[in-house]
This record gives sequence, structure tokens and C-alpha cells, in this order.
Amino acid sequence: MPVCGPKLSLCGVILSTWGIIQLTLMGIFYYIGAVALAEDIPEVKFTGDLNQFYTDVNKGFQQNAYNCWIAALLYLITLAFSAHQFWANNRSSLNV
Amino acid sequence: MGSLFRSAEMTLCQLFLQSEAAYACVSELGELGLVQFRDLNPDVNAFQRKFVNEVRRCDEMERKLRYLEKEIKKDGIPMLDTGENPEAPQPREMIDLEATFEKLENELREVNQNAEALKRNFLELTELKQILRKTQVFFDEHEGGVNPTESMTRALISDDSIARQSALGPVQLGLPEKQYDPEEYFPCFVAGVILRERIPAFERMLWRACRGNVFLRQAEIETPLEDPSSGDQVYKSVFIIFFQGDQLKTRVKKICEGFRATLYPCPEAPADRREMAMGVMTRIEDLNTVLGQTQDHRHRVLVAAAKNIKNWFVKVRKIKAIYHTLNLFNLDVTQKCLIAECWVPVLDLENIQLALRRGTERSGSSVPPILNRMDTLEDPPTYNHTNKFTSGFQTLIDAYGIASYREMNPAPYTIITFPFLFAVMFGDLGHGFLMTLFGAWMVLKEKPLAAKKSDNEIWNIFFGGRYIILLMGCFSMYTGLIYNDVFAKSLNIFGSSWYVANASARTESKDYGLDPRADRNYIGTPYPLGMDPVWQLANNKIIFHNSFKMKISIILGILHMLFGVVMSLFNHMYFKNKLSIICEFIPQVVFLVFLFMYMVLLMFIKWFVYFANIEDDDIIYGSRCAPSILITFINMVLQKETPFDPKCKTSNLFGGQLGLQKFLFVCAVICVPWMLLAKPLIIMRNRKNAAQYSVNHQQMQSATENGDAEQPMHNSTSQPPAMGGGGHDEEPMGEIFIHQGIHTIEYVLGSVSHTASYLRLWALSLAHAQLSEVLWNMVLSKGLQVDDWGGGVALYVIFAFWSALTVSILVLMEGLSAFLHTLRLHWVEFQSKFYSGSGYGFQPFSFEIILDSASQGKEEV
Repeated sequence: MPVCGPKLSLCGVILSTWGIIQLTLMGIFYYIGAVALAEDIPEVKFTGDLNQFYTDVNKGFQQNAYNCWIAALLYLITLAFSAHQFWANNRSSLNV
Repeated sequence: MGSLFRSAEMTLCQLFLQSEAAYACVSELGELGLVQFRDLNPDVNAFQRKFVNEVRRCDEMERKLRYLEKEIKKDGIPMLDTGENPEAPQPREMIDLEATFEKLENELREVNQNAEALKRNFLELTELKQILRKTQVFFDEHEGGVNPTESMTRALISDDSIARQSALGPVQLGLPEKQYDPEEYFPCFVAGVILRERIPAFERMLWRACRGNVFLRQAEIETPLEDPSSGDQVYKSVFIIFFQGDQLKTRVKKICEGFRATLYPCPEAPADRREMAMGVMTRIEDLNTVLGQTQDHRHRVLVAAAKNIKNWFVKVRKIKAIYHTLNLFNLDVTQKCLIAECWVPVLDLENIQLALRRGTERSGSSVPPILNRMDTLEDPPTYNHTNKFTSGFQTLIDAYGIASYREMNPAPYTIITFPFLFAVMFGDLGHGFLMTLFGAWMVLKEKPLAAKKSDNEIWNIFFGGRYIILLMGCFSMYTGLIYNDVFAKSLNIFGSSWYVANASARTESKDYGLDPRADRNYIGTPYPLGMDPVWQLANNKIIFHNSFKMKISIILGILHMLFGVVMSLFNHMYFKNKLSIICEFIPQVVFLVFLFMYMVLLMFIKWFVYFANIEDDDIIYGSRCAPSILITFINMVLQKETPFDPKCKTSNLFGGQLGLQKFLFVCAVICVPWMLLAKPLIIMRNRKNAAQYSVNHQQMQSATENGDAEQPMHNSTSQPPAMGGGGHDEEPMGEIFIHQGIHTIEYVLGSVSHTASYLRLWALSLAHAQLSEVLWNMVLSKGLQVDDWGGGVALYVIFAFWSALTVSILVLMEGLSAFLHTLRLHWVEFQSKFYSGSGYGFQPFSFEIILDSASQGKEEV
């Protein structure tokens, strides 16, 4: 049963595909600790202790990696939903 | 065969067609679409031409088809578009077609008329039904004694009514309570139906005109009624007006008329009303069946027509186009043959001959048509053979101006330079990838998308430029890789060449400037491809990028312009214009190379020679002593000394620089009068010589001028007419001087301003990079910086925003702006160096084009 229109469901399909690909990749990059993404982890205070700093930063990287994957998972659900909607729309438009 | 470098060679041909074969031949030529006919009787107005009757008949047929199509669309019947392309029918088939359309149209009109009459009838009956139903309520209310005056009246006249009532018969005897007819105490009433929005005005009018002596009751009809003439759904109200006396009656009726209310007879007795209601109901039912049948019939007729209508449209339009073309022809004195003049690409003469032969065979005529090449003074039209890939680029060029005949066509070079310059401004791997995906999707789905024939203008623009978009996307991915930008983040593929020295001593994790000295942060060997990823996090990133991107854009710009000037050489060579080579091309190249290419050279020298010195001995080649290129260049032109630090010993990049600069500058300055005066002076001298030639010689000369461009030129002043800015022979000397002056000033000043104009490559690239960085930091980063597990959900929401903004602002808007700037760089900076663009396009007689434009035009209406 179609809930969203054909355009919205198509938009959802595109957005969630993009989201899945990009967020999964970003998750991997966070997981391996990419320096380019270092600005985007929850803020870490540098107190002078380098080891503590590294631990904090690594924790932030790990956390963000998981968050990215969670968001990717949510987009996977969105993709499934919008794909179903898209399919339902197509079918209903064919029937008429 | 067809080369994109220059437009196709055209020739004017005279075509003799036998009257009987003319129709078939023109039809074949229309299918071929390679011939542009000229109007041979431009003075004759459209109504005096030979085939005006046929054209008129086609118009009539087209009108009928449009009517049919409108009706089909109204019923929402899908029209079968098989995409087939039927050949133009024989003239005798036209009568059959006409008859078919006539029959269909009449049938449809009749059905429509009947349907309308039935619908009107139906509407009247429905209204009557509603009146009967609603007025019942009014009457009931009266009897319920809602109105005090009414009960009084009732008391007064009750006896009389009872007496009358008994006379009415046994049916109503059972209802003695409801025996009172309203007219007994309200002697007269009218009932009717009126548009709902007119009610307030109507009520006020009645009140004023009748001084409050009428009593109006109204009730809304809930369901909308269909207006039979327009087919709209309208809301109406039932009203009933009670009044006394004839004078009021006429007045009320007048008012009703004025408000377009329909009045219906409404019986006074409830029994009559009930009876009438029954009658009305049965009639409505009958009408419904009849209406259903009429609709079915109409539907059948339309479905049958819908199957063929596209086909018919094509046929009729083809016939019309053929007769329209035949109208352009001249009639031979003997009336036996038609004479046409047409522009034809020389390479396609064979095809045209073949088509003519096919046409003759089809018409069964024995005399073959004759195609004669003619000599002419006129400039032939410009015809570029394009395919689906090149046509987009050719359109960009043609939008500026259609090339003069046989002029160098910038389109083939644009295929590479356009996406490249675009990508310099739009350099981002991620955005480029999105664009590539979009372009690739359009290219891969080309056929189904083209078949849809959307009338959305914006979509058509995108679709027309699908190959341009695809290439722009690919090139942007490349430049994005070089700039190392993916949605404003960088990729560390090969491992950065920088390290953070002395990390524990720093208290800030951000805002770290990179010092290129090999003993500070830099390991000494550069990153293998493009920008080092670590620049993304450095606080001196913009300083570094600016210097790089500015230089790159000037280098690209000067190469681009130099390429444009070299193209003018090919133009001059093709048109055998030796004078322009010597007096325009050479000084132009010298001017550009000696000043601006030299600046590019300085940039390369600076890049190669100077480095971040560690040893103090290297200070002459160190970062401290590296001279500013711009200052050096400005001082070269102004002939000034460049101040320098005494430690550096010199402001020069290499030995003998000052002497070389003086020489180059003097040469460039000499080029200015050379460009300005040489050509007009030589023309003046040649004219003086030419005046001494014999009349005979002059005639020969003019014949040479008018001939083909390939014919040898004896005299350098005689130029083919097609040459850009040519035809100096007719111009007075003063104008030649002025023109040359304008050209020279334009070129000299243009070299400076155009070079500066290429800085937009840097500016837009910087803007794009900064904008995408801001978008990342202000939007997506907010989602990433959420602590703990809620971050996943926050990211899910924020990512949607970020991606929407990325597409709309960065890809669409920035893409459009970069596109427009690229277009400008091509039109102004590049093409001004060689392209005159003063030709006119080849408009062949082609069914394909005619049918396309016809269907487009129809959608617009």
C-alpha cells in the first residue's frame, strides 16, 4: 500500500543509497582513524598529557565510527521502506 | 565525411522537377533532410501561391485532428504513440484522409451535441428534484408553526382550507393535520435554483426591490452539479420566494431573471409534488441510461481515433510541409515543370540524387529530375554535421553566433576545454561524482528518456546537455582528486609528506600552520598526486592554495588564448589571406607571447628555482628572496627597478633578465602600430595600384572574388566574401582605418583584461572549496560531534539535510555558476581571438524537424 508518492519514494531511495554508501565509508575511515576527519569528533580537551589525549581521540573516533554505521543502518531501513513504496507506486500506477 | 572542424561545403543548386513527380521528390527530400529551399517568389503573398488550396485543406484537416485530440485528452484516453514514421501519403490519399476526418468530426460533434442536450435535461431534472425535496422541508416548517404570523393566518383561514381539502378526495383525508397549503396564506410563490455565490446579493436585491414584502427561504444543494456547457462543477442553492400580488410577482420574476436563476414550476399540493417527484425520478433514471449509452458511443469513437491520431498528425503535417515547399518553387513557362533553388552540402549531392530518383520512380514519371550546380555571390549557410555527442557543444557555440561559412568551428576543441575549465572551478571529487552519476544515468537511459518527450523546459535543457554534464562530472572528479577535495575532506591515498614536529609541546590540536622547510614539518619528498591531504587541516591552507590556483588559472588562460590566436592562423590560411597573417596574426602572437607567455615562464622558473631554504647560504633561492611575479611583470611594463632585499643581491630570477625584458617589451610595443597601421596602409597602396588596372582585369578580379574560396587569388586585396571582417574592397579607406583601430585596441586591452578575467578560475574554485567546507562544518559536523550513541540518530537526520544542501547549493547552484563562467571564458576570452560568428544556419527542409517543432508548439499552446 503506497503511503508516499512516487517522487518522495524515489527521493528516499536516492538519499538512502547515498547515505548508506557515504556513511559506511565514513564509518570505516573513522574506524581506521583518518586524520582528515579529526575535526569532526566530539570535542577533546588537550591537557598536556599526550597519552591521555590519544586515548580520548581514539575513543571519539571509535564512537563516531559506530554512529556512522548506526546512521547507515537507519538508511538501510529507509531504503527498504522507500524501495517498497516505489515498487508499490509503480504497481498501482500500472494497474490503473 | 562531415568534419566538425569547419562547416560543410555548400553549393547552390537549381532543381527542375516534373510537375507530376514534384510531390514525390520533395517528399523524399523531406525524409532526407539535407536540402534548404529558397523562396523563389518572395513577392507573391501566401494567398496567391499555386498550392494554396492544398495548404488550406491541410490546415483544415489539422484543425479537425486537433479537435479530436482535445476530445481524446478530455476523456483521458491514452494516445498510442508507436513512434513510427509513415511516409507522406500520395496526394490522392489526401481525399480519403479528409473524408475520414470529416466523418469522425461530424460524428463526434453530433454525439457531443446530444450529450450536451441530454446533460442539460439531466441538470434541469436534478434541479427540479432538489427543489421538490427542499421545498418540502420549507412547507413542512410552515406547517410546524415556526412562524407566529403564519399560525395566525392559519387560524384565520383554516375553515376554508378544510372545506377545500375535503373536496380534494379521499387520499388526503388521512392527513387532516397537514392539509394546509401554503398558498392559502401566502397566496403566491416561486421556486428555483441559483448559483450559491449569488445568494447574498440576490437576497439583498429582493429585499430592497420589494421593500421587504417577500419572504425568501433557501437551502444549499450539497452535491455539486455539472454545468453542461462548460463541464465545470458548480454549487447551487434552492430558493423559494413567497409573496402576495401580481405586481410583486412580476418584480420577483424580473429579479430572478436578472440573477440567472432558473425557475421551476412547483405544485402547491404535497400530493402533486410527490407525484411530480416520482415522475422526475423515473425520467432521471431513463436519462441516465441514455446518457451512459451516449458516453459509451463517444468513448468507442474516441478510442478508435486515438489509435491512429498520431499517425494521422504525422501524415497531415508532412503533406502540408510538402505543399508549403512546393509553393516556394517557380513555375516553368510551359507549366510542365517546377524550378527550385536550394542549398545543398556538396558531400551529400549523391544522396540527394538518389532520393530524387526514388521520388521519380514512386511517382511513375519517366523524366528524371535535373540538379544543376549554380554559381552565386551569396554567402552559403553554415552547416555542421553533428551527432548526439557533439550537438550539445555545437549548441553552446551557436548560441553565441553561428559560424561564418567555412570558418574554424570552435566546437571540437570546446569538447575538451569546456569541461576542463569548468572542472577547474568545480573541483571536488564528491560533487563531480554526483554530477557524473546524473550525466551517466541520462546517457545510459537515453532512448527511453528521449521517447518520453517531456515538455519541462529545465529537464530538456539538462537532457540536451547530458554529454556535457557527463564530461563536466568526469573532469571535476579529476580536478577534485588533484585538489584533494571530497566534500571538503581530503583523501590520504599515498601517505602525507608532512608530520607534526614536537607534538607534545603544542597546546592546540587545531590551527597548525605548515612550514615547508624540510627540517620543520616536511619530509622532503612531495605527495605523488595533487595536493597533500594534510593541507586540509593546516591554517595556511588558503594562502598556499591561492598562490597555486592563481598561477594555474593564469597559465591555463594564456594557453587558452594563445590557442585561440593560433586558430585565427588557420582561418587566414584557409581564406588565403596572407595580409592578415602578416599584419594581424604575427603581431598578435608576438604581443601575447612576449608579454604574457613570458610571465608564465617566470612562474615556472619561480616554481623550479626557489625553495624553502634551510641553510643561510641558500638565501638567494630561499623563500625570503623569491620575487613576486606580478611586481616583476608590472615593473617590466613600467620600466622600473624592482626593489629588493640587499641580502638577496638581486631581484632577478635569472641572469640577463632585465635586458631580455627590455627587448621583449620593445618588441611587444612595436606590435601595436604594426597591428594598427600595416594592414590599412597596404590595402591603400594596393588600391592605388588597382586603379591602374584595365577594366578587363577588374572584371576578372571580381569574378575571382565571387568564385569558390579555393580558387587561386592573384591579388592580396581580393578576399572571398565569406571571410570574417573581409570584403574591404567596398569599404572606404576611413572605415578600414577605424575598424583596424578598434580591432587593435580590443586586442591589446583585451590581452590584459582577458588574462585578468581568467582569474575567475581561481576565484570560483576558492569559493567552491570554501562553501563546501562551510557546509560540512556547519551542518554535517554538528551531527558528527554529538557525543554518545544518540549521535547515530542525529547523524541520520543531519545527513539528510546536508545531502539536500549539497545537491541544491553546491552541485546545482555552484555548478550553474561555474558553467556560466566557463561559457563566458569560451565566448569572450577564447572565441574573440578568431571567431566572427556572423554566418547563418543551414535550415534544411526536413520532416523530422518540422514534426518535432509542431509537437513542441502544440504543447506550448
